Amino acid sequence: MLSFLLRRLGYLIFVVWGVGFAAFFISHIVPADPAAAALGSNARPAQIEAYRHKYGLDLPAYQQYLRYMVDLFRGDLGNSLRTQRPILSDLKDFFPATFELTLGAMVFAVLFGLPFGVIAALYQDRPLDLIVRTLALVGGATPVYWLAILALELFHSRLGWLPGPGELNPYLIEPHRITGMMVVDAALAGEWQVFWSALRHLIMPAAVLGAFSTALLARMVRSAMLEVLSQDYVRTARAKGLAGRVVTFKHALRNAALPVLTVMGSLLGSLLTGAVLTETIFSWPGIGSYATSSAIGLDFPAVMGVTLVAGLAYSLINLLVDVLYAVFDPRITYA
Amino acid sequence: MTAPAFLRSKPARRFLRNPGTVLGTALAVVLVVIALLAPVLAGDPLLQNLGHRLQGPSAQHWFGTDQLGRDVWSRVVWGSRISLRIGFVVVAVSLAVGGAVGMAAGMLGGFWDELLMRVTDIFLAFPALILAMAISAALGPSLGNVMIAVAAVSWPNYARLLRAQVLAVRTLDYVEASRALGAARFRQAFLHVLPNTLTPLLVQASFDIGSAILTAAGLGFIGFGAQPPTPEWGAMVSETRNFINEAPWASSAPALAILVTVLAFNLLGDGLRDVLDPRGRTRR
Repeated sequence: MLSFLLRRLGYLIFVVWGVGFAAFFISHIVPADPAAAALGSNARPAQIEAYRHKYGLDLPAYQQYLRYMVDLFRGDLGNSLRTQRPILSDLKDFFPATFELTLGAMVFAVLFGLPFGVIAALYQDRPLDLIVRTLALVGGATPVYWLAILALELFHSRLGWLPGPGELNPYLIEPHRITGMMVVDAALAGEWQVFWSALRHLIMPAAVLGAFSTALLARMVRSAMLEVLSQDYVRTARAKGLAGRVVTFKHALRNAALPVLTVMGSLLGSLLTGAVLTETIFSWPGIGSYATSSAIGLDFPAVMGVTLVAGLAYSLINLLVDVLYAVFDPRITYA
Repeated sequence: MTAPAFLRSKPARRFLRNPGTVLGTALAVVLVVIALLAPVLAGDPLLQNLGHRLQGPSAQHWFGTDQLGRDVWSRVVWGSRISLRIGFVVVAVSLAVGGAVGMAAGMLGGFWDELLMRVTDIFLAFPALILAMAISAALGPSLGNVMIAVAAVSWPNYARLLRAQVLAVRTLDYVEASRALGAARFRQAFLHVLPNTLTPLLVQASFDIGSAILTAAGLGFIGFGAQPPTPEWGAMVSETRNFINEAPWASSAPALAILVTVLAFNLLGDGLRDVLDPRGRTRR
């Protein structure tokens, strides 16, 4: 197990380096000029020259890369061209909101996708199964931004059940920042009015972001359950006269967990980046919004920072899933 | 009247027995036909008529008009050309690039296998939409660059898939036999291995047409794709979203077009998997 972990950590470092290298390549071998984008079209050539010099944009590409790598080893991702702040502190500010949103979406997906998948499998080819399968198919094909627009129109503008975009009612004061996740911080501070407002703001974006995952999870759970339910040991358990509930949850669901786990791992990875569209619509101050504004402003150091962090998160999640495999399935060992 | 022979074959029957598959295929065919016949079916997607802003669906404007008085039906129909082209081109490019990498990794093995697959891992670890955004921001927002961006994030799947297939097929007797007969590695790869690895790729390709269209429309929505007034579905949803209250049809029509298109190719993929890939077949 230890050598497996070490090898995988080696891969991880390589992959993250590669992601950074490719991001650097894309942002430097391109026609777009960040200096012109930052200074506007009225900038004089001398101003542009000074700007390029200040951020090292006038150096040859390999020197810029060396500078970037040296800084990276010091834990410095450089400064954002747009916000003028260190990118690392930008990311620290924006990442928790994305993480909170992703967790919310995950909770939503598990809360609905899991039971729907199980129900569909238990009632295979019956109306309930068909409804779940249809919903799952449609959910997997719906553009998330349209869902967001519809949800906002319906639940916010028309019905007034849920608040609109943003993380918190603007009249409330943000809680003291501890984790950066508004809901958690409010709870830690014991400010229940803020907590309630933050939670209500979280519901819609989390549900919208989680819709696709819910659909996918329901489909995966259904097919994994069907696979397991036809196995001999499940039939044996039934023949022994065990209650259907016990068979479903103890024999079947537990063995269906492995493929489901894989999907959830990859979902978590994709949610972190899939949040781009959702965050844009809900004005959610996460790294998705940050990445979008950075890309629009040709702020490539910031885009690279986001890319690196997202690549790292993706790789770590995959590693975690592989380790959990061994925990859930005693047949799997890593030599 | 009996059905033609090819419809009575076993795979065809299995394909036709599933209503979802038939629906998906029919939808996909209809969409392609609509895209091809756009000049006949629809009017000018760019023609503005400010006197007829935000009008509801009528005999004259099937899907109503948008905030500039443009005919939404015409825009959605012309948009299908863009989205389908993106879907097909992206998948073709991903298949070619990913296929070549996976094939090389599987056939060459050893050091090259390791190197190519680690490079593939790097691209898999890339946050898809953010990479696509970075690429289209860097190259400038345009349809061609959207295709490059989406292909850049979708080829690694094919590399992995084909490599796994090659590794499985490579050791089969008939490949061994061809080697024993002195076939060169290149000949082996293309004549004996490749044809027997295509099935799962075809299934994946069908799904990916849908997801490429979805990703590209997402890029269009946040402004990194086709620029207005191009009738691109994602951009259309974005342009008309502020009028959702007065004219829900203007943003819903392109959004539903995306939904139906993606759904069609997903259903098609499901059906193809059932027919072509016996191991992936789930009992229904």
